[in-house]
Amino acid sequence: MKKLLTAAATVALASAMSMSAMADKLKVGFIYIGPPGDHGWTYQHDQGRIAVENKLGDKVETVFVENVPEGPDAERTITRLARQGAGLIYTTSFGYMDPTLKVAKRFPDVKFEHATGYKRADNVATYSSRFYEGRYVIGQIAAKMSKSGTAGYIASFPIPEVVRGINSFLLGAQSVNPDFKLKVVWVNSWFDPGKEADAAKVLISQGADIITQHTDSTAAVQVAEEQGVYAFGQASDMAAFGPKSVLTSIIDDWAPYYIARTEAALNGTWESTDTFGGMDSGMVGMGPFANMPADVKAMAEKTTAAITDGSFHPFTGPIYKQDGSLAVKEGEILDIGTLLGMDWYVQGVDDQL
Amino acid sequence: MTAYETIILTVITASTPLLLAAIGELVVERAGVLNLGIEGMMAMGAVSGFAMAQVTGSAWLGVLFAMLAGVAISMLFAFLTQSLVTNQVATGLSITLLGLGLSGLIGGGFVGMPGIKLDYVAIPVLSELPLVGKLIFGQDPLVYISILLTVGVAYTLKKTRIGLIIRAVGQNHHSAHALGYPVIKVRYACIAFGGLTSGLAGAYLSLVYTPQWIENMTAGRGWIALALVVFSTWLPARLAAGAYLFGGVWILGLYAQGMGVGIPSQFLSSLPYLATIIALIVISTNRRLSVINTPASLGQGFVPDR
Repeated sequence: MKKLLTAAATVALASAMSMSAMADKLKVGFIYIGPPGDHGWTYQHDQGRIAVENKLGDKVETVFVENVPEGPDAERTITRLARQGAGLIYTTSFGYMDPTLKVAKRFPDVKFEHATGYKRADNVATYSSRFYEGRYVIGQIAAKMSKSGTAGYIASFPIPEVVRGINSFLLGAQSVNPDFKLKVVWVNSWFDPGKEADAAKVLISQGADIITQHTDSTAAVQVAEEQGVYAFGQASDMAAFGPKSVLTSIIDDWAPYYIARTEAALNGTWESTDTFGGMDSGMVGMGPFANMPADVKAMAEKTTAAITDGSFHPFTGPIYKQDGSLAVKEGEILDIGTLLGMDWYVQGVDDQL
Repeated sequence: MTAYETIILTVITASTPLLLAAIGELVVERAGVLNLGIEGMMAMGAVSGFAMAQVTGSAWLGVLFAMLAGVAISMLFAFLTQSLVTNQVATGLSITLLGLGLSGLIGGGFVGMPGIKLDYVAIPVLSELPLVGKLIFGQDPLVYISILLTVGVAYTLKKTRIGLIIRAVGQNHHSAHALGYPVIKVRYACIAFGGLTSGLAGAYLSLVYTPQWIENMTAGRGWIALALVVFSTWLPARLAAGAYLFGGVWILGLYAQGMGVGIPSQFLSSLPYLATIIALIVISTNRRLSVINTPASLGQGFVPDR
């Protein structure tokens, strides 16, 4: 009996110790829209999470929930993470915006970070990347490399983030070839390799010889490789899926942001902020430029450098809307509010919103 | 390749995994068993096929292994629902969850690897024929297998003694048992067949459709296959028609977008489902047709009285 009691006491002590050890650690939660194995959007967020773990592993514990649909499920999942003692929660998709704010209201002591949204609260910060900077560069490359003068764009959902990317791509392309045309196909999904592949095939059959996508898998790149047209990687380096077709990739790097924000939460300096990081902060990067002549590569590198040092902004006027009206005057830069809420196409897009 | 060839080829590629998964489920349901685990079995097939093809370098070994994996996980379902008589709906759902989770675990090391594609069979001379050559004689082998399977299932169910026994077991398992048919064994066999074709459908995704492994790459196709079985009123010919209708409407929706037709993409995306619902309504107005083939013992567990 005595032995048993001693054993029980040891167990209790040990668990108490481990609990206190856990209490010292900040629990950081991540909500993912897809699986970390998508090799795209969620993969890059997970790389950021791993970077946090590697850098601050002795002070934080990270947890993640994958494949969380946007909607009621998201609210439940975020609530569960908050209840389980997470002190900082990153919700990594646009559609988590309202659920994040709702949960944040109920857990004022928990800090929330919502990716790509525009609604904030005292304990909800937002962050996003200026992916459109990369889109401008690939647009320029596309116009140089295309023979048909038409590119196909596989889009997910008609939200400002995606529309902005489409416009930036086309503006880049038109800076090289003013008559460049863009076909857009919406698959209404972030992640469905089969549908993305179908959309790529359809676009190629309609004359596009450049494929680019704002969806999360590598399927479109594979179709391009098979059918002998050019493609671009999205979110992560996809060159392995199209050794002959991938011209470059737009790479999201969330690690510096996640490390800085998690450190701020640990130090008590965390505040609700709005971060819109681009090439200058390293949050958006370009993959290796491949399969292109030296002059195209030099042009892409020059544009990348100009965007990085701030001397050039992709949305510099004159910019015309689809209906022909002037949106931005010559030499001016589109204001950030319009940019964030973008709901119109520039001239030359063969699609209607 | 002309635009019309591309459209039809794309439609066939989009429809084949649905047809493969659904034809097996049709047999399972004809035997009176409801297996909601298609999505999970497909995911297991996809990851196993991809992994085997990567390791051995042979896409065909991958296909074979995918079928084995489908059968293996379906046997778990069979053991639970037939030998232990658990609830079929709950068990099927857990097989889906298990399959999706397990496939993610197994496939962890295979993410980001370009896959090996199953080669097209181009029958010489015939595939060179104008207009129909490439469409009829230049498909990937699994397309032919899916059609052969559909014809085979239709013939077996309608014309053979085995088909009669399967239907009897699904119609009224007590009577079938009283007549001396091994109800549980027949169901085991049908569930294994369902696992086999679901595994094949998975292999189609990871070795033909998009030759790569990504978690959740089935993206709900197992559920569409399940709906197609009901849509078909358990008839193989209608099932094939349904699968191609679904794939066709989906691809035409994408096509219309690319042409800049100006119909909202959300509406076009919902068209395949809308078409399915309308077809279901039309079928259900003919009550005789819809009731006559419905397996009466569908979803009920069977415990033989001794």
